[in-house]
Amino acid sequence: MLLYLIRRVLYALPIALAVSFVCFLLVHIAPGDPISSIVPPDAPPEVVEQVRVEYGLDKPIIVQFGIWLLHILGGDFGKSLMTGRSVAQELSSAVGNTVILGLTAAIPAFTIACVLGALAAWWRDGWIDRIVGSVSIAAVSTPHYWLGIVLVITFSVFMQWLPAMGAPPGAASEWRFEWDHIRFLVLPAITLAIIPIGIVTRSVRGIVGDILNQDFIVTLGAKGLHNRTIVLHVIKNAAPTTLTVLGLQFGHLIGGSIMVETVFAWPGTGFLLNNAIFQRDIPLLQGTVLILSIFFVTLNLAVDLLQTLLDPRIRRHPGQ
Amino acid sequence: MSLFAAPDTLTAPQVTLDTVRPGYWVGVWHRLLRDRVTLITASFLLIMLAAILAAPLIAPYNPYQGNILRRLAPIGSPGYWLGTDELGRDMLTRLLYGGRMSCLLGIMPVALALLIGGTVGIIAGFVGGWVNMMVMRITDVFYAFPSVLLAVAISGALGPGISNAILSLTLVFIPSIVRVAESATVSVRNLDYVEAARASGAGSMTIVGVHVLPNVLGPVIIYATSLTGVSMIIAAGLSFLGLGTRPPEAEWGLMLNTLRMSIYSMPEIAILPGICIFITSVCFNLVSDGLRRAMDIRG
Amino acid sequence: MVAPAEIPPLVQVRDLHVSFRTGDRIIRAVNGVDFDLVPRETLCILGESGSGKSVLLRSLMRLNPPRRTTVSGSLQVCGLDVEHASDNELSDLRGGAVSMIFQEPLTAFDPVFTIGRQISETIVRHDRVSWSEASRRALDLLELVQIPSAKQRLSMYPGELSGGLRQRAMIAMALSCRPQLLLADEPTTALDATVQIQVLVLLRRLQQELGMAMIFVTHDIGVATEIADRVAVMYAGRFVEEGPIGAFVAAPMHPYATGLLAATVNAAARDIRLKAIPGAPPDPSRLPPGCAFEPRCEFAIDACKTGVPELRNLASGRSIRCIRVGAAP
Repeated sequence: MLLYLIRRVLYALPIALAVSFVCFLLVHIAPGDPISSIVPPDAPPEVVEQVRVEYGLDKPIIVQFGIWLLHILGGDFGKSLMTGRSVAQELSSAVGNTVILGLTAAIPAFTIACVLGALAAWWRDGWIDRIVGSVSIAAVSTPHYWLGIVLVITFSVFMQWLPAMGAPPGAASEWRFEWDHIRFLVLPAITLAIIPIGIVTRSVRGIVGDILNQDFIVTLGAKGLHNRTIVLHVIKNAAPTTLTVLGLQFGHLIGGSIMVETVFAWPGTGFLLNNAIFQRDIPLLQGTVLILSIFFVTLNLAVDLLQTLLDPRIRRHPGQ
Repeated sequence: MSLFAAPDTLTAPQVTLDTVRPGYWVGVWHRLLRDRVTLITASFLLIMLAAILAAPLIAPYNPYQGNILRRLAPIGSPGYWLGTDELGRDMLTRLLYGGRMSCLLGIMPVALALLIGGTVGIIAGFVGGWVNMMVMRITDVFYAFPSVLLAVAISGALGPGISNAILSLTLVFIPSIVRVAESATVSVRNLDYVEAARASGAGSMTIVGVHVLPNVLGPVIIYATSLTGVSMIIAAGLSFLGLGTRPPEAEWGLMLNTLRMSIYSMPEIAILPGICIFITSVCFNLVSDGLRRAMDIRG
Repeated sequence: MVAPAEIPPLVQVRDLHVSFRTGDRIIRAVNGVDFDLVPRETLCILGESGSGKSVLLRSLMRLNPPRRTTVSGSLQVCGLDVEHASDNELSDLRGGAVSMIFQEPLTAFDPVFTIGRQISETIVRHDRVSWSEASRRALDLLELVQIPSAKQRLSMYPGELSGGLRQRAMIAMALSCRPQLLLADEPTTALDATVQIQVLVLLRRLQQELGMAMIFVTHDIGVATEIADRVAVMYAGRFVEEGPIGAFVAAPMHPYATGLLAATVNAAARDIRLKAIPGAPPDPSRLPPGCAFEPRCEFAIDACKTGVPELRNLASGRSIRCIRVGAAP
């Protein structure tokens, strides 16, 4: 069992390495000399030369990757071209803001989606199923950045209930669970959650539907068990797979936050990414993408391990 | 490791399929003809695509020429049914022309990814062994990125431009199509009668053409259709972010972005391009669901 | 149907029809079944797949998918009108007075709960005892069905047992609340031949020791002779012949039953040629108006096409649904 868990962790390492390599390549696929992507255009020639030597830009690409990776592992993500501050510094505040927004969006959204999906599966082909099905199709088809604009028009421009954009003073670093802070989160969280709600609902409906189609459900009925006991069985069967879906979708939600944070000027990683693209600030782009994708890899690993712990079939017989 | 296939448009489904029997496609066709929702959405989609393609013929005005005196005319203005945008250009014209670009950006990457990913997936599944290992490990790496992030990262690094946006989206979609094609191919390859055909000396091309392709086509096309819905959203999103197309080009995502300044004065016009993206995406998803039901494929 | 008058029947089925809606088709699975079952009796329902035998069995506990199923006729099981009973009455009956074992024990057990837990929950549900008491009784039950090292098996998951042990555990679970009636849906079909016999012998012994009645569905005449008191042959949702097992095996009367027996590999009759019945069973969504077996029957006459024959009681305690038997040799 422990061996199995260790194997899973070890398997994630090459993935993380490969992901870093893809991020590293971003500088190289950018048009022009890589050096021009990572130093400001007005930098004096001796600085350019210094960076060229420091990052080994005259050496083979794999050596460059090694040097770059060592920098990253030492916490040095390079310098932002637009602010001149270190990318790590820029990221540290942004990551917290994105996580706050992501969790605020994901926790209620996933709860609602799981319940809706399970209800639709339980009353398959009934009216609940039809309504939930239509709503989730609409949800996965929504351009969320557009929904953000619609929400702003409705709740900020017309009703003036909620702020149209921005973050509370101090954002994540001075976060408090007070209305003055939460109200900034309501609209971006709904916007961010809309597509994952649709996907999770559809997935859970599929997962629970498959379980309800299995023979053992008939057995449970034939034993005279009450519906509440049968629901317990369904939940325990559905939990591992559902968890995987939720983990994956949380990753997609965070990764997809760029457009939402742009609409609402929420100072998270997505907003940072947007500025980086706008200013062609490649080091900042690279650092942000790297952090987000490594987060995604870690999240998937965590979900995988948790699933292993939850499912007795894998727990008792790993590797089957 | 996942035990049950879950319908999920952003991650590749596992495919379970029966073999294609003679008359299977006839049955699929008959089931489709009985599915009213799918028929209606499919015809709606076709009409819309036709209107978009015919934009130069049916659009009432020039999409790039505005009149600053007429800017932000409300919906229903005489001569401008859907009003005008922030530069006084006719919205209906812009939406028609914008649809051409949006659909190009949304459909093209999926079509390319279908061609490339489908081929690679079938080869990987059919050849098996270390080729399969290599291909699948590489897709694992691309799977380790959230799709929107990967699209933004690649086209952000490449810089704005239509071809860069198409390239980045194609790269994002290839791995998932490879996975669908690969798993379908492997499940067909292991079927008894295909083994028998191999054993009796049928050539690889024959087996792929006769047995593998008809079986793999269904799941892959269904998946690609649902991916088109996602692709429309992300592609327009790239333009919305300033990647993809650039002004004065008409494109739904870009129009949404430029009209953002007008949400206070003319909100009902500012949301029009988004409605177009939404409707197109809904149609692709509904058609995909309908095909899935008609082909009787779970996943 | 010669239940002595003084014993009230445990099961009484009258003119039962069951049909399903799938898409735009209506599958007529059971089309007019009548029978009685007295306590301690074993009835074997014999038929090909698709003959409606499993549907019939499941309708005795109302286990068919409720939204797609239409049932008519009357159905009394252990004194309960199954079709009109409330959900509560029904779930008290299920697993209590009546329980069921299934064809494939691997899929019939919940894969993520232990065997012990799945047996105990039935006991807790019906007998309202504590969990520790229930798990003690679960252990007794595993020993009753002769599962070796029963104590360890209690904490195992279904996937960790062999097919034979799993089916024994399924039997233990079915017996957990001392049912009066055991419904068995091809319980030996998925097992190896040697294990099949062991399970059959065990079932027969338990049925006698515990004084249960049993309805046993199978497509295997060999299994039926092993376990049945009476046998009913089912074709296209109807009983075509019913009677004591001995008389039936010695001389089947309905042409379908004759054909079924002739098509069975029988060690005792090596020189008799095996004969397959030509054709295939009718589509249950498009049954012929007359005798359902008529298209395949070598004795068919025009009259067979005009109406479904009645199930006629014969003097020997057998009954048959064929206008030709008795009318011509």
